[in-house]
Amino acid sequence: MIAVIGAGIVGSLIAREINKYIEDVYIFEAKNRIAAGVTKGNSAIIHGGYDDEPGSVRAEFCYRGNKLYDEISQELSVEVKRVGSHVVALNEDDLKVIDELEKKAIQNGVKEYEILDKAELLEMEPNLNKSALRSLYCPIAAITEPWEAVIQAAKSVEINGGKVLKNKKLVEVKKKDNKFELFFEDGSSYIADLVINAAGLYADEVAKLFGDEIPYIFPRKGEYILLGKDVKYVNSVIFPTPSKITKGCLVMPTVDGGYLAGPTAQNIKSKQDLSTTQEGLLEVKEKSLRLVPTLDFSRNVVKTFAGLRPETKEKDFYIDVGGGNVIHVSGIRSPGLTAAPAIAKYVVEYLIQEKLHINLEKRKNYINHIEKVPHLVEEDYEHWKRVIQEDPDAGEMICYCNKITKKEIKEAIKNGARTLDDVKFATRASFGECQGSFCIPKILKIISEETGLRPEEVLQNEKGSWIINSEVRAI
Amino acid sequence: MKYETDVVVLGGGGGGMAAAKAADKNGANVILIEREEENGGVLNQCIHNGFGIHYYRKDLTGPEFKETLQEELANTNIKILNSAFVLNVNKDKQLTFVNHKGIHEIKTKALVMATGARERHFNSLAVPGDRVAGIFTAGVAQKYINLQNLKPANSALIVGSGDIGLIMARRLHLEGIEVKGVVEILPYPGGLERNVQQCLRDYNIPLYLSHTVTRVEGNKRLSKVYVSQVDENRQVIPNTEKVFNVDALITSVGLIPLTDPVKFVETGPGFITSNTNQTSEDWIFAAGNCTVVFDLVDYVSREGEKAGKYAALYSQNQYFPEQKVKVKKGKNINILHPMYIDPNERTKLYLRVSKTFKRVEVTVEPLGIKMIEEEARPSEMIEISIKPFKDKNLKEIEVSARELG
Repeated sequence: MIAVIGAGIVGSLIAREINKYIEDVYIFEAKNRIAAGVTKGNSAIIHGGYDDEPGSVRAEFCYRGNKLYDEISQELSVEVKRVGSHVVALNEDDLKVIDELEKKAIQNGVKEYEILDKAELLEMEPNLNKSALRSLYCPIAAITEPWEAVIQAAKSVEINGGKVLKNKKLVEVKKKDNKFELFFEDGSSYIADLVINAAGLYADEVAKLFGDEIPYIFPRKGEYILLGKDVKYVNSVIFPTPSKITKGCLVMPTVDGGYLAGPTAQNIKSKQDLSTTQEGLLEVKEKSLRLVPTLDFSRNVVKTFAGLRPETKEKDFYIDVGGGNVIHVSGIRSPGLTAAPAIAKYVVEYLIQEKLHINLEKRKNYINHIEKVPHLVEEDYEHWKRVIQEDPDAGEMICYCNKITKKEIKEAIKNGARTLDDVKFATRASFGECQGSFCIPKILKIISEETGLRPEEVLQNEKGSWIINSEVRAI
Repeated sequence: MKYETDVVVLGGGGGGMAAAKAADKNGANVILIEREEENGGVLNQCIHNGFGIHYYRKDLTGPEFKETLQEELANTNIKILNSAFVLNVNKDKQLTFVNHKGIHEIKTKALVMATGARERHFNSLAVPGDRVAGIFTAGVAQKYINLQNLKPANSALIVGSGDIGLIMARRLHLEGIEVKGVVEILPYPGGLERNVQQCLRDYNIPLYLSHTVTRVEGNKRLSKVYVSQVDENRQVIPNTEKVFNVDALITSVGLIPLTDPVKFVETGPGFITSNTNQTSEDWIFAAGNCTVVFDLVDYVSREGEKAGKYAALYSQNQYFPEQKVKVKKGKNINILHPMYIDPNERTKLYLRVSKTFKRVEVTVEPLGIKMIEEEARPSEMIEISIKPFKDKNLKEIEVSARELG
């Protein structure tokens, strides 16, 4: 059995890649849902690959990963919109940074970029700060929903004979012959021939369980503000010129039609601190307004949130074999989402086969294409009508903002959704402007009816995030 | 299926049902579309009284108000489509809706939008802190408690002293949830005076005026809410922080008119209408909280009736306004409805002042209308009746308010 620790974008894509050769793949996720860590709270951008330090592991995988998203999109039915990106120079100093970026792009082998002058830039992005001077435009930059990619990759693993297990926090590892015995917090244990550590923020701690020292991970917080769909702000991803620490606070469209501003970059102590701060949100507002002055933070805000990046002192990915048949995929900070498909291929095609000398043969019965129950509202009406004829639930609207039907919610529950956030990330229901004011009580009821959980047992996300305390009175 | 009718009413709440009733009474064929299984909208969950005092001259609960309207509809030929969600309204007067039987089209002559409002969510206020469970809009908490028999809290703080917030304070208290206070950023309560008395004072629930929530905290579920006092510019005053240990925060921080799925009509942010509830698209009428947020369902239903009546007349080619007089917001006026007047028809003008007045004079010029009110607050709507006036050259009237010494 091959074990992958962590069901984020990196872990799930590695598991899927391995699964093309070996049926017996297990993904172990410490949380009660997949894609709930680093993968959930980031900018959701597929970067162009022009700005990573030439020669870094990041640069090696970013551009390749970007290209692989066409494949991911097709094979896993994941939405990838190539909206392009602009790095915008607002002053003379920024122009120098743009020149440097261009040099990096050339060194990184990125051909898909253009330097646009003010007129061209403002024609493409009329809401930008009018003092914008120039931009480095990268048409292959894209946006996606990272959790959707994970959900689909996990589905692929399950369809192809693997397993995705949640609430499996690894607490101890014993070496047994050439294998590892993995002990989990819930008392269960499994024996694995090979382990891939893709534990995100916790990859350094997991490495320790295997007796390996890898670069220490510290969390860096990024705060975001999500804006609604009513106003059209930008067509593509808008970056300021980057600093040494971060690509900066950006403004971008989201796949479902809203807009995202952020992130900040703040080193923090706790790997569980996802709180937003007054300073952070203020910084997002100020910096993003510099790029897009029309952003309306007094009226158009849907919500705020924070995500954590797994940073190391080296500021680079750490991907290598540890002591024995274990591979550590760690420090996957930005552009980790972009690099993930390339990392997956590297792990399977190079580290496993070449470095660990494990011979793999492609499976003949492998199912490459994974369907996704499409958002009915995006289908043509004739198709939708046929779906309703088969299943009347497809005609019952539950989420009014994002137009998600009861059928889609029941489908998500059938696929394992148990919490409100599970349903939200699987379907987009309650993700909209009203933030679930109309649909959450209904979704809670549907989860309860479909699973037999009592309303008190339906959580927002993790253990402790209860919604209902009890019945008001016994009937 | 394809339908054809004179008037479609979109929304089956207090405004929509009244609109359908009036359109039917004025001779139109009417289809009423409601996205929920049942008509009534928010009335269904408002089990407290205080509804219908103006409209029915009776003190009813929300469900009773709905039942009364529903019975009036039962004696008509109005076709009611429930669990039907409108996906699209196009300029050719066609609507598309989906229900459990399929996707359907309706061809109509006139449309009444009575789509109501949604609650502004706490998340949109961008208050810093942990992203935790236990923060509910008042409407959601009310739905859990009143309709689903589910208790979403043990102890709560309420933010926003609008009527919904005040009523939920009492409701939670009566169901054994400890309500530690109501926090209001303004220096005066947002709801009606009668509700401040009956929902807070009667139960010794403290009201913190000029206070705001500055941070929320908890491990997965809310456990602490930080509140500070604010100055007259709504800026937090340092060293005034209070901490409330509660597992729920119930928010009542405003309603936002819903104008979906009609995209091509003038809004600001609700539908902008004339005194006959006509929008910028002459076949579309709008009434109730999707235009501006009203204090009482009574006003909403009265507006609905008017919209239904003129939509019916329009659909029968009997209503063509020749003149449109613009109503301008003058000094100290915050909300004004309607924004246009057909001077041949009567007008009910609704307004909210922009600050508190001890004694206020509201004027409508050049019509020479003057009205004096004791104590006016932005939270309470003022109503002015204007008789038809015939002045072909009049393009604009202006409404203003001034303090009387």
